[in-house]
Amino acid sequence: MAVDKMTKLTLGPLVYHWSADRRRDFYARIADEAPVDEVYLGEVICSKRAPFQEADLPAIIERLERAGKTVILSSLAEVMLKRERKATADLAELEAPEIEINNAAGLYARGRRPHRIGPFMNAYNEATIGWMAAQGATHVCLPAELPAPSIAIAAKAARDLGLGVEVQVFGRASLAVSARCYHARAHGRTKDNCQFVCEDDADGMPLRTTDDRPILRVNGIQTQSETYINLLPETGRLIADGLTHLRLMPQSVDMVEVASVFRSVLGGARDPLEAETALREACGEVRFSNGFYHGQAGYRRIANAVPA
Amino acid sequence: MSLAELICPAGTPAALRTAVDAGADAVYCGFQDATNARNFPGLNFTPEELAEAVAYAHARGTKVLLALNTYPPAGKVDLWRQAADLGARLGVDAFIVADMGVADYIACTHPQMRLHLSVQAAASSPEAIRYYCENFGVKRVVLPRILTIPEIRQICKEIPCEIETFIFGNHGLMVEGRCSLTNYLTGQSTNMDGVCSPASDVEYRREADGTMFSQLAGFTIDCFGPEEKAGYPTICKGRYRTDHRDDAYYAFEEPISLNLSRLLPELIDAGVHAFKIEGRQRSKSYVRGVVSAFRKAVDDIRAGRPADIADLVALTEGQKQTQGAFETKKWR
Amino acid sequence: MISVTERARRARLPGEAAVARLTCAVVQPLLSRVVRRIAESHPSVFARLGPHQRTAFLIDPVELPFALLLRPDPKALVLRAVPRDPMPDAGAVIRGKFLLLLELIDSEEDGDAAFFSRDLEVSGDTEAVVRLRNALDDMDGSIAEESAAMFGRPGRAILARLRRSYAEART
Repeated sequence: MAVDKMTKLTLGPLVYHWSADRRRDFYARIADEAPVDEVYLGEVICSKRAPFQEADLPAIIERLERAGKTVILSSLAEVMLKRERKATADLAELEAPEIEINNAAGLYARGRRPHRIGPFMNAYNEATIGWMAAQGATHVCLPAELPAPSIAIAAKAARDLGLGVEVQVFGRASLAVSARCYHARAHGRTKDNCQFVCEDDADGMPLRTTDDRPILRVNGIQTQSETYINLLPETGRLIADGLTHLRLMPQSVDMVEVASVFRSVLGGARDPLEAETALREACGEVRFSNGFYHGQAGYRRIANAVPA
Repeated sequence: MSLAELICPAGTPAALRTAVDAGADAVYCGFQDATNARNFPGLNFTPEELAEAVAYAHARGTKVLLALNTYPPAGKVDLWRQAADLGARLGVDAFIVADMGVADYIACTHPQMRLHLSVQAAASSPEAIRYYCENFGVKRVVLPRILTIPEIRQICKEIPCEIETFIFGNHGLMVEGRCSLTNYLTGQSTNMDGVCSPASDVEYRREADGTMFSQLAGFTIDCFGPEEKAGYPTICKGRYRTDHRDDAYYAFEEPISLNLSRLLPELIDAGVHAFKIEGRQRSKSYVRGVVSAFRKAVDDIRAGRPADIADLVALTEGQKQTQGAFETKKWR
Repeated sequence: MISVTERARRARLPGEAAVARLTCAVVQPLLSRVVRRIAESHPSVFARLGPHQRTAFLIDPVELPFALLLRPDPKALVLRAVPRDPMPDAGAVIRGKFLLLLELIDSEEDGDAAFFSRDLEVSGDTEAVVRLRNALDDMDGSIAEESAAMFGRPGRAILARLRRSYAEART
């Protein structure tokens, strides 16, 4: 595999409701130790959680930037209530840091000022990417379910327009969002009366089928994959296809180690197969998947998928 | 008072004629491919069938809306463009779109065509809706089924286009256009392929005692006792276990259908222009029953009479109905 | 209420199999005539079936002494009365009361609703069943009426009586 020093490794926004202490410690360690180039921050899933983070956000941004990381603030995926509309509009007024938009309300507020397109924006194809670029998008994160041939075409289109282009290579996939909070529902509560019970599940609340097969994870209004996407064996092809950024989603595992594993493969220091063993160790019992990338059921892990 | 147009499903030419005859103001339909979100086996229209359907509908004063409401994956955009070109040539009255690239193509290539924003675009705020209106000239938005009536009233005041809301049928739990649950289990995508729990991956298994298991791609979605009413084998209507609960429970929603028949006057008062009936995958019998009932209800309301809504519960999923998010925030 | 499955699986009486075989032989010429006529007058049905023209559908009206095997291949159309014992191989099985099945074919009833209420059972290849349903649903007119009309006034009278008894049984 070619040694690659251009491709950037990013840490996606933390989608779980971790305590303020845990969050602070997490980003301090990321700043000091994780070989990632860019870090996305901000509450993407639930507007009720946002106030818990806001107090620490300036310090976390400062710490990460001091460590040489680029910080990008991500907007809410769902915008319906007054507070969500206001949060989105306020974010759109920022000059710095950069922002990543996850809802058309954010695009409306941002106008033609530069912005990144988040994975919830459904940038599935070259026509949409072209439209977005003409409106001021500088970077696009593709949907997690896009298969390899489409990723290649979308990536080429984005690069031809001078855009950065990113895809998630690690962590649970976001499979759905809803207006209803399924964490609250699981505890017999409603969204307005949730008492932030989602804080109990740092890596999502597991759902199993009636015959006890793990299937999904609940994270507030979001439904996630039970499996972690792992495109470590596919990184060579992703780079060859022109992806400029690879995204790691924060999970309840040693994310410094995860980032190091991916970095070592990107740098050519480690063979993907050997690196896979290290990633396996870091993630314990969690199952990996790459089905979406290979155009198959997302939960599947396609074996022998390592390209030449 | 708004017109309260009745927008009705047409999965086949025969269903389209049934809907027109039952009093639809407009019917919506799609081609036999991934360009629409009901790309189900044996359903939808060939170009020839659509041409005949448009003639049949127009001769009776009914509009035909063409659903182009999926998201083309990169490399396949031409299929959506060709569908739009064909629809324009066949004289449909509007396109229902979700993807920005598709919307931009139609706005540039067929500027005379009316654009409706599909529920699949998930535009749930005045700002998001205005984005599509100002950039693509969208004339109507189909609102996600997640808003209360006061919220709809507020949106109506802040947007420059018409509002269409669902009033009956399948009760989508997830934000439409943002759901990859089906693709996660089956490898076929709701957004890109237009399928949801594809029949090819569905299996019903029966035990000797009459218990029925519904499975999707080998995953057990639900299990119904011999006397229990059943639902579609969709992931968001399945029963699951979790650590802190003793029994399996409907983690997202139970099998249930949306029925807003009692809220029609309030919806009209809130400024809703058009009412959508879900169910392109349903039979002529369903179309006839539901469209006739709502035709009569809307006519009664418009004439100032109290609306008497026929009982439609027999046609609902799980034989249960709800007013969902429209009634109360507690639904969330 | 006894579920339709239990009804289908009830113990058979002695000699019942022989009666079933005899009944099959008697109704077969009528079925062949019906299915040929319908295929001729509704050719568009086959396009919607797509790859499932060659699938064998077992249509199982629980209260009749026999089931029906349908292979909707326009080149070799088969609708055959078959005994249940042994159950013939089929790609998909559709089971319910005879008149419910007839009403579904004619879109007098909604298939999904009958499925939700558990009056209709489906097993085997679900896509095949969905295609057959959609193909039949796109036909105008009534197969039941057309079939009955082929047998003149007595045919129509029998259909009317069946419908009455079905309606009574449901109330």
